[in-house]
Formats: sequence, structure tokens, C-alpha cells
Amino acid sequence: MVSPLVSIEGLSKVFAPNAPAAIQALTTEIKAGQVTGLVGPDGAGKTTLMRLMAALLEPTEGRIAVLGHDARSEATAIHDEIGYMPQRFGLYEDLSVMENLTLYADLRGVVGDERKATFERLLAFTDLARFTDRLAGALSGGMKQKLGLACAMLKSPKLLLLDEPSVGVDPISRRELWKMVYSLIDHGVGVVWSTAYLDEAENCAEVIVLNEGRVLFQGDPKAMTAGISGRVFQVHGAGADRRSLLARTLASPDIIDGVMQGEAIRLVTAEGAAEPTPQSIGASSVVINNVPPRFEDAFVAMLGGQPKRTLTAPGRQPERHDGHAPVEAKSLTRRFGDFTAADHITFEIARGEIFGLLGPNGAGKSTTFKMMCGLLRPTEGAALVDGLDLYMAPSAARARLGYMAQKFSLYGDLSVAQNLDFFAGAYGLSGAKRREAVARVIDAFDLKAKLHQNAGGLPLGFKQRLALSCAIMHEPPVLFLDEPTSGVDPLTRREFWGYINAMVGRGVTIMVTTHFMDEAEYCDRVGLIYRGKCIAIDTPEALQASVKSKELPHPTLEDAFIALVEAHDLRQQQAAA
Amino acid sequence: MSTISVRSGRWRRIRALVVKESLQVVRDPSSFVVAFVLPALLLFLFGFGITFDATRIKVGLVVEEPTPESQEFVASLSNTRYFDVRQSSSRLSFVDDLSAGKISGIIVLSGDFTERLARGDTAGVQVITDGSDPNTAGLVTGYVQGAWQSWQSQRNFASAASAPGQIDVQPRFWFNPELESRRLLVPGSISLIMMMMGSLLTALVVSREWERGTIEALLATPVGTLEFIIGKLVPNFILGLCAMTVCVLAALFVFDIPLRGSLIVLVGFTAVFLAVALSLGLLISTVARTQFVASQMAMLVAFLPGLYFSGFLFEIASMPAPLRAFSVIVPAKYYVRGLQTIFLAGDIGSVLIPCTLILVFMSTVLFVLTARNTRQRLD
Repeated sequence: MVSPLVSIEGLSKVFAPNAPAAIQALTTEIKAGQVTGLVGPDGAGKTTLMRLMAALLEPTEGRIAVLGHDARSEATAIHDEIGYMPQRFGLYEDLSVMENLTLYADLRGVVGDERKATFERLLAFTDLARFTDRLAGALSGGMKQKLGLACAMLKSPKLLLLDEPSVGVDPISRRELWKMVYSLIDHGVGVVWSTAYLDEAENCAEVIVLNEGRVLFQGDPKAMTAGISGRVFQVHGAGADRRSLLARTLASPDIIDGVMQGEAIRLVTAEGAAEPTPQSIGASSVVINNVPPRFEDAFVAMLGGQPKRTLTAPGRQPERHDGHAPVEAKSLTRRFGDFTAADHITFEIARGEIFGLLGPNGAGKSTTFKMMCGLLRPTEGAALVDGLDLYMAPSAARARLGYMAQKFSLYGDLSVAQNLDFFAGAYGLSGAKRREAVARVIDAFDLKAKLHQNAGGLPLGFKQRLALSCAIMHEPPVLFLDEPTSGVDPLTRREFWGYINAMVGRGVTIMVTTHFMDEAEYCDRVGLIYRGKCIAIDTPEALQASVKSKELPHPTLEDAFIALVEAHDLRQQQAAA
Repeated sequence: MSTISVRSGRWRRIRALVVKESLQVVRDPSSFVVAFVLPALLLFLFGFGITFDATRIKVGLVVEEPTPESQEFVASLSNTRYFDVRQSSSRLSFVDDLSAGKISGIIVLSGDFTERLARGDTAGVQVITDGSDPNTAGLVTGYVQGAWQSWQSQRNFASAASAPGQIDVQPRFWFNPELESRRLLVPGSISLIMMMMGSLLTALVVSREWERGTIEALLATPVGTLEFIIGKLVPNFILGLCAMTVCVLAALFVFDIPLRGSLIVLVGFTAVFLAVALSLGLLISTVARTQFVASQMAMLVAFLPGLYFSGFLFEIASMPAPLRAFSVIVPAKYYVRGLQTIFLAGDIGSVLIPCTLILVFMSTVLFVLTARNTRQRLD
């Protein structure tokens, strides 16, 4: 029996006297020679637990021993033996790659020949040898992540703590990082990897599922997933009706979870419930297959399934402007000096369609999105809403679109009602019209219960609902969402997309940007943005089918994304050669 | 681990932090602004913008009955550089201008000006000033009195009838014979600038680590508190001395301030003060986690007390007792006193030694407080 790297007993952490505990009476162990996933939604206590293990926070109660050292009294000894990569990687952006490495090597006492050998090994390992003179701030997200990892690994730690290493990193870099981490495991290092992405849990030998500072599950993710095998189904062939079919299906007590997966619907049945049939879900023409469960299915099932709420679809049907696509990008181009951030991007979105702009960070997604919102002037081309140019007729065009920003953009110090009132006013509604609009969204989004609480202190799901209600106060026929549910826990995400689906059902057109594959699965069509170009536009299934091969008989959307990007790079190289 | 390797590890870590900090200073335009542009800007603002000497004050002159004598006095008033004179025969015509602030005073030569003069009576001159600006009002009164006296002595000299037994006062102003306020203001401004800049530099660099999240990675390494503090102090100390050089060069060559003391004393004294200012900044940084809060606190804790209680703009002796007591703990007060001494008087030990000892004491206290309050953890 190998002794654990970290043993935690009855650990609690409270930040402020009256605040709820960030970590509550937690007891667990971290084993050597494997990747332990620390999984949970935003605010579950993942970062707090990481910092407690890194001896950067003092436990309020309980005990942590890291590599045999007590985290309270022997912090320096722990710092000496572990590697820790904080969120945002802890790099000095105004220092070069080599200067960052040298600094951490000096601080950790890696000198002389040892340093030379370590640098060589790490630079080869991270493939950063060509970029040693580049400032860390000028690296891409994936490269920063690798450098952060290299800095954390300088002294060959026995325990490596990685706090959300995959946030803001594109799928390709994410895969490379996993490969690197697995090769460390072969050398006996214990790795703790915290993440809000549930698909990453499947890569771990063991997961600790955290929610509200408590452990919900600890063990092999496969065991957790196996617990619901036989209860997961995919419904194909529902066509345009699939969103309302999902909403209808979820009303049944036999179905505890359901999400969109491109043209298919994924359903999880309650324990002991009968297999769904086309008759039982009231859609005669569909085909239902039993599929292997994913970690996320098991996670939601463990939390008791998704919250059931009958959604009253907000507002009236948007008026039609026939002859024009509701949203249109015509050869949108934006240059910053020599750099072309968006290069002749063209697409059209049909009424009642959800269109996704998918791409890694820095690909030109946000630039395109800003031009579509009228926040950035295109160098060439035009962005149109209902046939109105966002630059020729900005106010008329903007009146037709609602916009929900990635970050919580409401006033935290105002109450829910005050926020609603303010945004109604900002959209030019006054008097009876304003009261009517506010009453309508309160009713539709079920905001009544917390109307007089300050927006800043609300739970995440409620905040999102409020942000969405503010964005659609003026009943726009077009809604733009910027990474609406990245980093959001699966239950909140399901609830949010429930509202979006209901709005789409009434003919609202949605455009969403994301680097998050799960969000892309909710889209009817996806435009893949890479290096400023739109390299593919199609339905998620068609994109997946296009990369199907012997090696990859069932590609996921992420597989498709990676394969398309690699194929594009290859074409570029051939063209250059 | 042997003691020697711990010690060499410590030096290596300190050197690594100093190198890192210096590279950041060199690459970060904001350190350059704080260390060079801000001092130059403030110095020029204080040096050229503020002065306690008045020239060409606008006044109204009323001569109720022109006589050769009154005309002679009027001429002597108009010919000084202190006044910009407008003349009229009725005071009524100036009352509105005085209320509107267009002129700073009215000088009235009464109708019996010549008779009073002949009688040797008190002067028939009335001065009406705008009391809402007591400083200028005092200047107008003072200058008119001065003009009256010098006109009187000129008349006596011209008539060669110097009264026997009259006392001849010949004032000698030591250290600043021209009585130019700039000579006091520039060394005062330098001390204010050094106070502000020194505390701002260190307060900003530490809060920047919090803002960018780099402190987390740094604290997870074997770096100790003392190493961290020294790593921040050394590069900023050098930067502070550079800023001081800019200020001294400007004082000597732009403002023509004499340097009567020696350069070595100036540098040494400044180094001691810089230690106080930088430590104060570090102490601020133990509380402030964002650059915004850090700069607000530096403003409040370093700049404002330096401005009001260092004694170079506002006379401490005339403040109420509680404020006088407070001024004792304002480091800029001692630096102003020392700096004015070094520039205008020379290396006067009786002033400089006590000031230096007080500053050394202050920097020690601040350093100990900083070392005790610098967090080894994130909470």
C-alpha cells in the first residue's frame, strides 16, 4: 500500500464569518501515479481546495498533509516539493519564455548542469524551443498553458496541482496537454487536474466531484458512468420539431435529463423506468437508439436530473421582414494594421435558426461577433440584421437585436427589479410600455421570488436568467449570445438552453459564439472560424460525417473540429510550399 | 540541507527577483512615467506655477485732488514692478471692479494729502483691499507701505534734510538674499515628489502581482517574505535615485537653485528618505490588492500629508495643536527641512543629523511592519 500524496481530514474553509463555507467537512485522499480530476461547477470550491493543498490558504478547520507535511505549519516544505499552476498560469507576461523559466529555476534552486538538462527536456516536451525569446504575453493560450506547466514542473515535483488548465484553451492544445500529463504519470508523478468541463473527467483515473464545497462522488469515473448504462438514448429524425419534442419529453417523470446533440436528442431515463419508444414520447417517425453513457449524463443523474419547470415562452412572435435573412455577414473583413483578424467571413442565418461561431481563442471569433453587433467597424464588407446595415442604419438595426455578454453585465448593486427597470429604459421603453415589458419578463423568466434582492448576490443560474431577460426586454427578433454557458455547471446550462429553445420555437433567430463543444451541439449550423477565416459551415452532423474515417468511426464534434483545423493547416502548408 | 546551501539559495532567489523586477521596470512604460515624467511634471508645475511673490497686482488709484506732491507719489507707485495701476478721481468708479475681483485693491490719496505731508502728520493714504484673498490683500498693503517709506526717504534725501537720530535699517536676508520663494518651493516640491513616487512605485508593483495572478505562482515557490520584499525594494530604490537625479538637475539648471551643501550628503540623505517612501509603499501593498486601490492609498497616505504637513507650503507653527502633533510623524517634513538646508545653507550637521536619525527610525518601523504584514498566503 503506497501512502497517499495528500490526505485531507474534516477540512473546512470559511472566508468571511457570515459567508457560507467554501469547503465543508471534506475528507479525501489523493493517490500517487494517477490523474485525479477535481470536477464541479463554478463556485463548487475547486480553486479553494487547490490553494489549500498548495498551502496558499490556511484551513479554518481540519487537517491537510501534503507529501507528509502539515499544510498549516510546514508550508515552505510543501512549496519546495510540489508544482502548482494557478489559473491564468502565473506567468510574467512582460518577461520572455526563457526569462520566466530562469526566474522559476532560480527560485526553486534548479542550477548548473541540472538546469541545463531540465530546460532542454522541458522545452522539447512543450515544443517551446523555437519561442524562447518571445514575451510570454505574446504567446497563444495553448502556449502559455504549456509554459505555465513547464514552470510548475521545473523541479520534478512529486505532486502537480493544475487549476483549470484548460480554460480558454482550444481543443487541440487541450489534447496536447493531456498527452503531456499522461507522460508525467508514467514517471510516477501524482497530478490533480481541476476542471468545469465534464468531458475531461473521463480522462482521469479517479474523480472527485465537488458541489457547494462537498464531495458528491469519489472514484473511477467509469464506475460512475457505468451506473447508468442502459438508461441513455439518442432520438434521431425529429427534424425541425426536435426542440419542442425535447420540451415535451422532459415533462414526463420517466425522463430525468435531455439535451440537444445537433439534430439528435439525448435522453436519460429515471432509474427503473421503461425504455422510451416513439409512441411513449409521442413522435411516431423517430428512431431511438440505446447509446453508451457519458460522464455528464451520470453527473446530472447523480444531482437528481435536470430541474423540471414549465417554460412560458416569453413575448410575442417576432414580426417578419420577408425577403431578407434575419442575420447576414457579407464578406466581413477587419484588419488591425498588418494583421487580418477577420478575413472575408460570409454567412447567412435563417429565421428561427441557432447559428454557432466556433473557434479557438484568437481565431477572430470575437472580432466577427463585435462587427455583427455593430461595436466594431468592418474594414470591408457589411453586417446586416433584417437587411439593415449595422453601420448605415445602426439604431434601426440594433433595435432588432438583443445581446447578452459573456461576463455578467448587470449592476450587482441594484436589485433585480431595478436592473429590469434600467434596461427597459435603456432600450427606450417608458410609461405603460415599460411596465408591461418588465411584467412580461418577470412572468416569463420566473423572477418574482427574488425581485428585491441585489443582482450581485444571486446564484449563477438566476443571474443568467436575469441577464437574458434584460437582453430581450425589447423583444428583438434576433439574439446574440457571447459564450453564454462556458464554465457554467451542467444543470444551469440545461436550464438556460431550455429558455433559448423556447424562444427559437417562436421564430427568434440566435447567433452564439463559443469555444465550448457542448454549446455547439445546441446549434443547427456551425461556422468554424480559424485564423480569421471561416473554414467550414455546416450542421454539426455533417461536420462530424466529413471527418469520419477508419480510425475515427464515430467522431465527436471536437474530433471534427480538430481534424478540420489540421486539414486547413496542411492545405496552407502545401500552398506555401 | 546545510546552512550554507540555504544561504546561497536565499541570495540566488533575491538576485532572481531583482533581475525579474528590473526587467519588468525596463519593459513597463508606466514605471518610466512614474519615475521620470511624473517628477518632472510636478516639479515644473510647482516651480513655475506656484509663487508667493506678487508682481503686477492690478489696483485702482484714486487721487482726490491732484497736487505736485501727490503726482510724485503716484509716479513712484506706478514705477514699481508690483503694481499695475489704473487712475481715477473718484473711488466710486473702482468699487464695482473690486467686488468683481477685477482689481485687488483701491489706493486713495485723500484731498488733504499735501497738507498732511506738510504738517508731518500721518499719511493721507487709504488702502482698501479685497479681504476674501488675505494673501494678496496683505501684499498690497505691504507694498504700499514700502512704497510710501521709500518715497519719503527719497524726498528727505533729495532735500538733504535727513532728520538727526533717525534709525537707518538695512536688512540682510541670509541664505536667500533675493527672497525668492522659488528657492524654498523647489526643494520642497522635490521632497513631495520623492515621497509620492517612492510609495507609488512599490505599492503598484506588488498590487500588480495580485491583479495579474502571478503572486499565486510566486508564493507557491520557496520564496520567503524577506526575499520578496528585498526583491521589490532594490530595483525601485535605484529607480528612485534616478528620479532624484532628474529633480536635482532640473533644480540646478532650470530653476537656478544653488547647491550650497555637498552632493554626497544630498545623495546619502535622499537614500535614507527613499527607504522610508519605498517601505511605506510596501506597507500599502500589504493591504491593497489592485493597482487602483494602491494608487488611491498612496495619494492619501503619502502625497496629501506631504503636501499639507511638510511645512513647505503651509506654516506648521500656525496650525492648531492636534495638527502640529500629527505633522511630527510625516516623513516629508524632515526631508523638506533637510533638503532646504542642503540646497540653501550647506551641510549643517545640527539640522541634518537629527532629521536623518528620525528618518532611519521611521524606515525601520515601516520595514518591520511590512515584513510582519506581508502575507505568505493568499488569505
